[in-house]
Parts: sequence; C-alpha cells; structure tokens
Amino acid sequence: MQAVLIALFGLPLAAVVLSYFAPPKAAPPVSAAAGTASFALCLALVPAANAGTEHALGTFLRLDALSEVFLLATTFLYATTAIFASGYLHMSHGPASRRYSKRFWGGFNLFCAAMVAAPLMNGFAAVWVAVEVTTVVSALLVAIDGTDEATEASWKYVLIASLGLSLALFATVVMYYAGTSVFAGSYNLSFSKVLSGAAHFPPGAVRLAFVLAVLGYGTKMGLFPVHTWLPDAHSEAPTPVSALLSGALLAISFYAILRYFQVTEKTVGPGFPRAVMAGFGVASLLVAALYLLSQRDMKRLFAYSSIEHMGIIAVGTSFGAPVALFGVLLHVLAHGAAKGTAFFGAGSVVRKFGTKDMEAVRGGVSLLPWSGTMLVAAVLALSALPPFGIFRSEFLVVEGGLSSGGDAMAAVLVALVTVAFFGLSWSTTQTMLSAPPAAGQVGGRGPSAYEAPQAGGEGADQSPAPGELSNWTVVAMAAGLAALVLLGVHIPSDLTRLLRGAAGQILPGGAK
Amino acid sequence: MGPVPSAYASGVDVAALLVLLTEFAMLRAPQLRSQVRLYAFQSLVVVVLTAVTGAVRGHPDLYILAALSLLLKVVIVPAVMLHLLRELDVGQLHHPAGGGGGSMVLVAIAASLFGFFSLRSLGLHSKVLPTATLSVAVAIVLVAFVLVVLRSDVVSQAVGFFSLENGVSIVSMAIAAGLPVVVEVSFLFDLLVAAVAFALIMRAHHARAKTLSTEALDRLRG
Repeated sequence: MQAVLIALFGLPLAAVVLSYFAPPKAAPPVSAAAGTASFALCLALVPAANAGTEHALGTFLRLDALSEVFLLATTFLYATTAIFASGYLHMSHGPASRRYSKRFWGGFNLFCAAMVAAPLMNGFAAVWVAVEVTTVVSALLVAIDGTDEATEASWKYVLIASLGLSLALFATVVMYYAGTSVFAGSYNLSFSKVLSGAAHFPPGAVRLAFVLAVLGYGTKMGLFPVHTWLPDAHSEAPTPVSALLSGALLAISFYAILRYFQVTEKTVGPGFPRAVMAGFGVASLLVAALYLLSQRDMKRLFAYSSIEHMGIIAVGTSFGAPVALFGVLLHVLAHGAAKGTAFFGAGSVVRKFGTKDMEAVRGGVSLLPWSGTMLVAAVLALSALPPFGIFRSEFLVVEGGLSSGGDAMAAVLVALVTVAFFGLSWSTTQTMLSAPPAAGQVGGRGPSAYEAPQAGGEGADQSPAPGELSNWTVVAMAAGLAALVLLGVHIPSDLTRLLRGAAGQILPGGAK
Repeated sequence: MGPVPSAYASGVDVAALLVLLTEFAMLRAPQLRSQVRLYAFQSLVVVVLTAVTGAVRGHPDLYILAALSLLLKVVIVPAVMLHLLRELDVGQLHHPAGGGGGSMVLVAIAASLFGFFSLRSLGLHSKVLPTATLSVAVAIVLVAFVLVVLRSDVVSQAVGFFSLENGVSIVSMAIAAGLPVVVEVSFLFDLLVAAVAFALIMRAHHARAKTLSTEALDRLRG
C-alpha cells in the first residue's frame, strides 16, 4: 500500500511536467489519464485507510480514514474536471493558443497535485505549505484569461487568501508553542505526535490556535465574513478551475480546520470548538442564502451555493453527534460531485450563449439537450432533493442535530437551506426550462477570447444552434451525476465503513 | 532550551516594536519605493533577531534560516518589487488613500492598542511565554491588516501582506524557536512563490488598468 500512496503523491506531479512540455494536443489526454489514474489509486487505498493509519516515505506521507475521504473528493474532481476540460477548451493553432494551453494544463495539474498532497501531508506545517501552494497556483489560473474581471478577481483572491493563510501560519506557530510545554526540545508537528500530547497542552494557547486556524483556513473555505474573494474568483476563473475551486479546494481547507478541531477537542473539550464552528457556519449559511435569492450571474449563483454548503458542513460539525459527522463527510463527497457537475453545466451554457447573465439565457435544455438536463438535475441535487447524495447527507446532519439536542440550530439550518433552495432552483429552472430565444436576443457582457460563443462567429445577433459542446463535457457531467445517485441510493459498504471511521476520528477521544 | 537571559528577552521586544514602528512608517510613506525600502529594513530586523536567537538559544540551524531570510526578504523580494516599480515607471502614489495619513495612523494606533490589550484578556499566562512580545506581535498583525485595507494601491497591499508575514516570523522566534528549520525554510519558499504570483498579477493589473491604484477594481460586486 505504501507504493500506492507514493504513486498517488507522485503521479499528478509527473503530469505537471508532462503536460507542460508535451505538445498542446497531448496535454488534455495526459491530464485526463493522470486524473483518472489518481482516482483509481485513491479507490485502491480505501481498504488501507479502513485498516488504520498508513505511512510512506518515512513519515512524510500519512493516510487515515479522515484524509482518505478528502482525497476521494479531490481525485474524483481531478478526473472529471480533466475530462470536462478536454472537451471544453478548444484550442486553435498558433503561438498564443499554444502558450495558453501550456500554462493552463501545467497549472491545472499542479493545482490538483497540491490539493492531492494536502491531505497526504503528515503535520500541521506541511499541510499549511500545501494549502499555500494551492492558493498561489489557483490565483494564477483565475487570472489566465487576462480580462479586466479575471485580473480583479485574481488580485482579490491572492491577497485575501494569502492574508488568511498568514493567520493560519500564526496558528501553526502557536500550536507548536502549545506543544513545547509537553515535548522537550525541538519536535515536528506531525499529527500523531501532537495528538498524543494534546490532552496536556495549555488550553489558552490551543484556543488561540484554533480560532486563528478557523479564521485563516476559513478564508479559503469560504466562511463568512472572510468569504469575499470567493464569488469573484469562482465566477471569473475558467470553468474547469471554478469546478476545482468549489468542489475540492474548499473541502481541503475544511480538512485543515478539522485537524485543529481534533486537537482542540482533546485539550479543552468539544464545547469550545463546536461553538466556534456553529457561529461561523450559521453566519455563512444566512449570508449565502440571502445572496442566492438575488443572483443573475450563473457562476456567481453556484459560488454562493458553495458558501451555503460550507456553512452546512460547519454547522454539522458543531452538532458533534456521530450521525451528523457521518453526514458532514458524506456531504463533502456529494457536494464535490454536485458542484463539479453544476459548474460543468454552467460552463457549457456560458459557452453556448456567450453570457453568464441568466436573464439573457433562455431555453438551455432545448439547445443543450444532455448537459442542460443534467445541469437541472445537478441543481436539484444541490438543493438536496432525493435521490441524490446531498439529500442523504443533509438529512443525516439534521438528524444528528436533533438527536444531540441542537433542535434550534437544526431548525435554523432547515429554514435557511429552504431559502437557498428557492434562490438556486428558481433562477436556474427559469433559464433552462423556458422556450429558446428568438433571433437577436442573445448577448450580454463580452466573454473572453477563450470563452467565445460557438455560434458567435458571424455576430452575436444569431441565436445559438442546438448541440453539445463535446462528448467529453457530457461524459464528465454524467460521471458526476452517477456518483451523486450512488451516494444517495446505496453507499458501498467499504465507503460506509470509511465514513464511519473518519467520523469517529472527529469525535472526542476518537483521534489517534 | 536553557533559561532565557533577560537581555535577550528585551531584545526580542525591541525587535518586535521596531517592526511595528516600521509598519506605521509604511502607513505614512508617500512613495511606493520608500514603502518597499521600509519593508527591506523591517525584514533586516527580523533577520538579525533570527541570528541572535540562534546564538542565544543554541539553535545553530537558525543561522541557515537567517541567511536564507536575508537573501529572500531583504534582497530578492524588495529588488523584484523595485524593479517592477521602475518598469512600470510609477514612484508616486496616484491617490492619497483612506482620508489622509493622519486618520489612518489613528486607526492603526487604535488597532494596535486593541491587539495589545486583547491578548492579555485571553489569559495566556505561562512562565515560558513572553506575553509582551506576543501582544506586540498581535498588534503587528492588526496594523498590517489596516495597511492592506486602507491603502488603495496594489503595491502597498502586497507590502502589507509581506509585513504581516514578518510579524508571524517574530512570533515564531519568540515562542517557537525550536520549530524545525526545514519547516521554517518551506515557509520562506512559499513566501517567495507568493511574491512571484503577486508580481505577475500586479503587472497584469497595470497592463490593463494603466495604474497601480485599486480604484479600478470595482467591477465585481454582489
């Protein structure tokens, strides 16, 4: 299993080199193959994660049930997004397009490599380094289209996220300090080591570290009030990058917070960290639900939906009941699949109509028969309708809240999720299930050179022709929906075991 | 780690205060170039503290960290920023920001006082913990945020982020000198990568907006 662990760490890095130096035509298949292979390797690691903690390369890499859950979400999105992007980015010949392709695919694979590395890292400092790398690479990917909006979004993103991560660095240093009172001399911040002494750490220092970590990593997770970069970056990034940001990156940041959560629970008991998560969670949920009601930009709509779901995850963590934590981890997987699919659909719609303005887009399903329909399904999944995985995970979260005495909080959760449901489904169904536009009605804010509408060659006053962008975009969406149905209808027994084991690690006394 | 000499402890406090004062100077600096130079000076203070900590506490590997920090934070990052400013040919601020320097300094003083006293109320009392240094460090972090929020040009915002990182370095010297040097060096490496990304995006911004001011960055809202 050690070899698989090392392969999972190394494969995306190899893909970075290959996709940067390979001819532009070879980069998409190389990336899609690397993504799919990473997901396969990650699936192969499930039994090992169920068996206990695994190390490789000395103690540099570490795998347990908790990190495996986040690896599954990340590698699944790596695979589907690479497949989607192969069909989505149509490269013309020429030096500019060649340069764009090199940068995009090199950056894409590096972004994924850093996100795969983060849950594999053994220690608070190493996780911080991996998360910081994801920030830098993804900020450059957000800027890659070179429009005014993309530049603005990437500046806000890199600045706000870096400031947040400086606070997370502060948290790392304080956590180290907390350990010096127990461990003599210099020690590394590996999880097992820190957890072994956590019960005797000074409570004040650990409290400070936890709050700093929630604020710092919460910036990247999209928690209110440090979420402000998120809608801009998600809406202006190239669509494959939006999908990765929303489905995988936010989850990785939550993973980092969970590691601090485990230690804090051991030192000061579960009450304090749960209260912090509840506060940030409810605030995020409230703000996102209200913004969802008034969005016209389709990609911004899904960005606010991400904030909403991160709020649900934070509130679910605060319930602390085993069933709620199981639901939270299932939610990480289901949200990744659903949000990936939703962004793939949004990207196809934006490309088809040449605008992100949902008032200007009509008749999505008749023009994009497959991806339009699947986009509607993904939105219903995001609104937590059965038979999709998010229905099950939110149900479990609410059940956990009611069983652990968090009745009021569970009621607030249900109310706000309902508000978000209206915001999300009303505008998308209007856009997708209406009659197609008559000639001369399509148009809006000018898309970038690489997101030009397919039918826009002769002028924007022609209505787009029906038809899919590419078979690959449809395949990627179908894979996302299939995963959602699987998670909603029947979770495989190995996965149930994994989620149960990972939830046990977040419970008081469960972390080793 | 032996008993810490008190002269050293006061030295740490002086270094932390110098970093804080540099931040105030950055708030007032009329020119972007002088802001970058102030950052270089601030980093130098951190480098000296790192080297002295290595000597006093007996962590010789901190010399490596000091040398790398010197190279990176005092030489390379400021040089890259100054080069960028020369290339874009802007030495002056385009707009006086945030209601004038005076009120900005008042806000910063309020923030640093808040930081200084809020940490005391956390009750982090411990024999080994230099509470005063930590309080000043929290003030450094808050004033760095003031700098980023109130200065409306991309260079000052980047410098604000870098000086926030200096504040965290001071903290790590004061309370976590034993942090493995591999870890510290990877933090530094990340700073370098972030600085490159900052420079690239600043350049893209200047290429499109023909200014370093953030006033043009108001398209995305809601």
